[in-house]
Amino acid sequence: MSWFTRKDKGIQTPTEFKREAPDGLWYQCPSCKKAIHTREHRLFAYTCSSCNYHEKIGSQDYFELLFDQTRYTELDALMSSGDPLNFVDTKNYPDRVKATELKTGLKDAVRSAYGEMNGLPITIAAMDFSFIGGSMGSVVGEKIARAIDYSLEHKQPFLMISRSGGARMMEAGFSLMQMAKTSARLALLDEAKIPYISLLTDPTTGGVTASFAMLGDFNIAEPGALIGFAGPRVIRETIGKDLPKGFQSADFVLEHGFLDFIVDRKDLKDKLTSLLGMLQK
Amino acid sequence: MRTLLEFEKPIAELEHKLIEMRKLAIENNVDVTATVQSLTEKILELKKETFSNLTRWQRVQLSRHPDRPYTFDYIEKMCEEFIEIHGDRSVADDKAMVGGFGNIDGEFSVMFIGQQKGRNTKQRQYRNFGMPNPEGYRKALRLMKMAEKFNKPIVCLIDTPGAFPGLEAEERGQGEAIARNIRDMFMLKVPVICIIIGEGASGGALGIAVGDRVLMMENTWYSVISPESCSSILWRSWNYKEQAAEALKLTANDMEQNGLIDGIIPEPLGGAHLDPEAAAAKMKAVIKEELKKLCAMDTRARIDARIDKYGKMGVVVE
Ligand SMILES: [Zn+2]
Repeated sequence: MSWFTRKDKGIQTPTEFKREAPDGLWYQCPSCKKAIHTREHRLFAYTCSSCNYHEKIGSQDYFELLFDQTRYTELDALMSSGDPLNFVDTKNYPDRVKATELKTGLKDAVRSAYGEMNGLPITIAAMDFSFIGGSMGSVVGEKIARAIDYSLEHKQPFLMISRSGGARMMEAGFSLMQMAKTSARLALLDEAKIPYISLLTDPTTGGVTASFAMLGDFNIAEPGALIGFAGPRVIRETIGKDLPKGFQSADFVLEHGFLDFIVDRKDLKDKLTSLLGMLQK
Repeated sequence: MRTLLEFEKPIAELEHKLIEMRKLAIENNVDVTATVQSLTEKILELKKETFSNLTRWQRVQLSRHPDRPYTFDYIEKMCEEFIEIHGDRSVADDKAMVGGFGNIDGEFSVMFIGQQKGRNTKQRQYRNFGMPNPEGYRKALRLMKMAEKFNKPIVCLIDTPGAFPGLEAEERGQGEAIARNIRDMFMLKVPVICIIIGEGASGGALGIAVGDRVLMMENTWYSVISPESCSSILWRSWNYKEQAAEALKLTANDMEQNGLIDGIIPEPLGGAHLDPEAAAAKMKAVIKEELKKLCAMDTRARIDARIDKYGKMGVVVE
């Protein structure tokens, strides 16, 4: 039974399971422009019932979608960014972080939690693109590393949901080393033969692609996600030509052999449950 | 002909003067010993002053100096014997990523791996400016696993402006190739030493830079992005590269102070390009010393220490 079909059975939505539509009761699909009732949009896991456009949702939405009855325990919820380099560009880094915290209500670009998914214990880390482009600084690296540690300790699968523009420049060298830190923990998870599923969502690029996002036992993606190492603009400037249509789309990456499968968000929970179930039997 | 950076010019002028003076002295048979000595001292002083006060951007310029020794230059100067090994056994032989077995003083057989830049226009293109494609990273990993199989230590020499951001690179999984290298390097059962010899740009550098010892030559940079690209993204203009270099804190000193590398290999005064032999000799001495320590360690202890070291990198508030 898929998550999607449950709506026909009149499942009760937990009270915390809510998402404010930017426009009150109606959500307009940015792809096909169709207006959809926000309740319907939510019941379709924030995908468009008309064109299947997958809205760029955040960590909270994924936790609500995947953890049973939205029951989960968040890890390192209060961890926030330092400013190890006293980084100043057109703004101070701490000011940028503070402004983003206020705007988003988030502490950084990833949240991690453990709970049960259709009864299976699982650790999930999900990125928030709204926090400085989902960029990876020390907090992102450390929270992911600790989430992996939790999976290792409790011998339960780890699901990473990536949505990131890559490195956080304002942490420069520290940011770069998070690629190594997270990959090191994944090497230990791999050694312990604990399943790691990496879900790549729109967009996943740069240092995130070149570390944990591409290291899953299963690398899977949402339909239409942009996935790549270099961003399209940089590639266009390098080759001096327009990029072919569909370049770096989930379909393209699947076609070139770097994804195990593409999964519709409405089927995500049940497909993951089936997959992990098969590994455990 | 030597290429001169702006801050090298005053020194070169004095050096030129010194040569002229010596020539004149010989031609006219006059004693200029005293003047030569004072000029020599002056040059040394100016050099010391210039090179101890370089801005971060000037270090970046030095790291890209066209006369700087590249991977093969170091290998050639450090090894009595070297056998190059090609190809990733899958797609191609990436000319921007080179490697092979070398012998150091008859004491160590070492697997050397590194990005290779070219010295003239033709070579630069042939080497793709030191920007590897995925097959380069896969070739590097193949060589590392081979070294592991035969229980030989690995030395990686890093010198890249980045992994190549091309169409085919994306098709062949640049991100996956780098990610796999980073993860698998943690589990290598043999000692791994990584040395930044020029540019250490982002994931393209890190893809061969996970090791028990990560060292930087004195006049190199290592960061998540080049100052130029950082300028273009954060300042939305290419004109803030000096500020970006300052903000990124990307020099060997910065990286050591932040605990992101294990040490610095000093270069001859004025930079490795002025005396590549001395630079290579120093590097060789450091490699030998570190390998002796690393070889004495238990394999699992070495792997655990490698993982723990990176685990500590990062600054968070809790
Ligand atoms: Zn639509």
